Amino acid sequence: MDTTRDVAIVAFAQSDHRRSTAEVSEAEMLLPVLRDALDQAGLAPGEADFTCSGSSDYLAGRPFSFTMALDSVGAWPPIAESHVETDGAWALHEAWVKILTGDADTALVYAHGKSSAGEVRDVLSRQLDPYYAAPLWPDAVALAALQAQALIDAGETDEHALAAIADRNRTAAGGNPHAQLRAPVPAGDYVVRPLRTGDCPPVGDGAAAVVLAAGDTARRMCRRPAWIRGIDHRVEPHALGVRDLTDSPSTRLAAEHAGAFDAPLDLAEIHAPFTSQEVILRKVLRLGDDVPVCPSGGALAANPVMATGLIRLGEAAARIHRGEAHRALAHATSGPCLQHNLVAVLEGDRP
Amino acid sequence: MSKEPVAVVGIGQTHHAAARRDVSLAGLVREAARRALADAELTWSDIEAVVLGKAPDFFEGVMMPELYLADALGAAGKPVLRVHTAGSVGGSTALVAANLVAARVHRTVLTLAFEKQSESNAMWGLSLPVPFQQPLLAGAGGFFAPHVRAYIRRSGAPGGVGALVALKDRRNALNNPYAHLHEHDITLEKVRSSPMLWDPIRYSETCPSSDGACAMVLTDRAGAARAPHPPAWLHGGAMRSEPTLFPGKDFVSPRAGRDCAADVYRQAGITDPRREIDVVEMYVPFSWYEPMWLENLGFAAEGEGWRLTESGATGPGGDLPVNPSGGVLSTNPIGASGMLRFAEAALQVRGAAGEHQVPGARRALGHAYGGGAQFFSMWLVAAQPPTR
Repeated sequence: MDTTRDVAIVAFAQSDHRRSTAEVSEAEMLLPVLRDALDQAGLAPGEADFTCSGSSDYLAGRPFSFTMALDSVGAWPPIAESHVETDGAWALHEAWVKILTGDADTALVYAHGKSSAGEVRDVLSRQLDPYYAAPLWPDAVALAALQAQALIDAGETDEHALAAIADRNRTAAGGNPHAQLRAPVPAGDYVVRPLRTGDCPPVGDGAAAVVLAAGDTARRMCRRPAWIRGIDHRVEPHALGVRDLTDSPSTRLAAEHAGAFDAPLDLAEIHAPFTSQEVILRKVLRLGDDVPVCPSGGALAANPVMATGLIRLGEAAARIHRGEAHRALAHATSGPCLQHNLVAVLEGDRP
Repeated sequence: MSKEPVAVVGIGQTHHAAARRDVSLAGLVREAARRALADAELTWSDIEAVVLGKAPDFFEGVMMPELYLADALGAAGKPVLRVHTAGSVGGSTALVAANLVAARVHRTVLTLAFEKQSESNAMWGLSLPVPFQQPLLAGAGGFFAPHVRAYIRRSGAPGGVGALVALKDRRNALNNPYAHLHEHDITLEKVRSSPMLWDPIRYSETCPSSDGACAMVLTDRAGAARAPHPPAWLHGGAMRSEPTLFPGKDFVSPRAGRDCAADVYRQAGITDPRREIDVVEMYVPFSWYEPMWLENLGFAAEGEGWRLTESGATGPGGDLPVNPSGGVLSTNPIGASGMLRFAEAALQVRGAAGEHQVPGARRALGHAYGGGAQFFSMWLVAAQPPTR
């Protein structure tokens, strides 16, 4: 990837993720998160050169749900602003491109999701092919279970190994004050065989924000900027029947384009809401046991849909900000069974 | 730092209708995409990334349809990005795609916007449910009619100006084979006697609900050099947003629209839009928005937009033709309507607009807006590449 500008994540903030936030609107949930991220970067509301957000009308259950969230941004005087109807990780990609054009030096990126407004398992089934698949209402856990069973049948994992993945993530989340589940949970009963309660993410509400900045502006805002060395995303065919569910070629391709395999990694924040998906992602991203995966606890500890991917980028960047890592990978996913995947490589300056 | 110049080398749109029952969602977008590729004489393998836009997913009942449409758009193995900025989305989507080329992240990008409104009912899809909004806000017209009345009061415009716009745009559409409405027998009297929907907006001053899609192929300087037909060159593009509701917001002439236009003109070196721009494709879903936007976009002084419309300057023989394609008043697949404005502006400067070509058009403005007149996207395209 030949890019002519250095762009970094210089600030990251997130809400405490909770099962329900019925007492606040999306704008009210976002306001403290946006303020936190902007304060870290030393920006006033509305001061970022570009703003981009990610969310989904289907979670809120009404059209144009993102328009009211703009109230929390401070969009007056009018701002240069855009929105992607997907995870905020893709909003970050759009903002990164905007900064590369030279039209902006700084960007505010945010995402939010309130799964508590509906039944997220059923809501996500509306992502499916509307003619053949969606009318059958296969829910998100059922589809992930198909994928998990395919993995087990292929001899790549078993239920015991999946339970260990759940345990590791939730134990790690003990150190994450924002996580929704902050201690190991019992494997529990089957939700959809072979996935048990412990293999599935919590349902919750939350928001996140990052600030991007270019070159010297980034150095001024952050003692140790997390430079985006590469970022790419790829999609796969939609129909589950034409995909090998035990593989994720789109993740592999995105990782190659982002330069993930060019040098060793200190850690990876991957977006795997189901334990079985971590197995696949570890394989295609070539993450050995020597690379810490999801020290935040990952999507198994907090899964505010539409913000979870952006949080992976933010968590990876924050480790670099704090000097706990030099080179980190962040991954976000969208669609059923890892259909659409984004990979970014972040680096700090060598001390 | 320098930006890569961006060229529009392929444009395609579907035939629009109230209901395209002959195609699925995938078939609809593929129809526009294949026309754009054919225009550029490129194949799917030449496309490096796809940027897709549409207005609310509720209209078709498919959440994040880019996932399902990835195959139909030849996107498997490629990046696909989905944009949603309400009614301005068609324009925003084109600008996001243009930025990928300008930033040299990709060399050739397919951008597409669509809406298949027959899958639902836009009137009620746009009527936000209590308790999120005030009741009795039926459809987009219910939201915008008070602002039209405010314009008439502020400007002192005579009552019949809206009907003039409706007649002009519906007549213009007769020259556009892709337009949804072809009302061969339209007259001023028919517009003025059509039922009143939201005072002062009558039925014939209102956009239809359409099924349709629009696609463009955007590429860099090298790609433009290989293009079989003259490209349209991007000279300026911008987006601006402001909140939906707050005391002091000017719904008649939102500042976000004025700022957005000013940014585009600055990028393109335009100092006198009235004289330097040859044709405008403007987002006019209700007839009165033509005089309102003429002021907002700097083509007329405040309170004078209606005089420009009334003088005939915005008609097909005028010196500032507005919506020679027939505009949103004749074709409105909401998510695609903004991209249609951008694409029609590009067709004009390529000299490829067929029966509705404005002779000698060199510079054209494409304009879109959405939400509560709060989201704006615009681009200015020209027959010559940018020199600055």
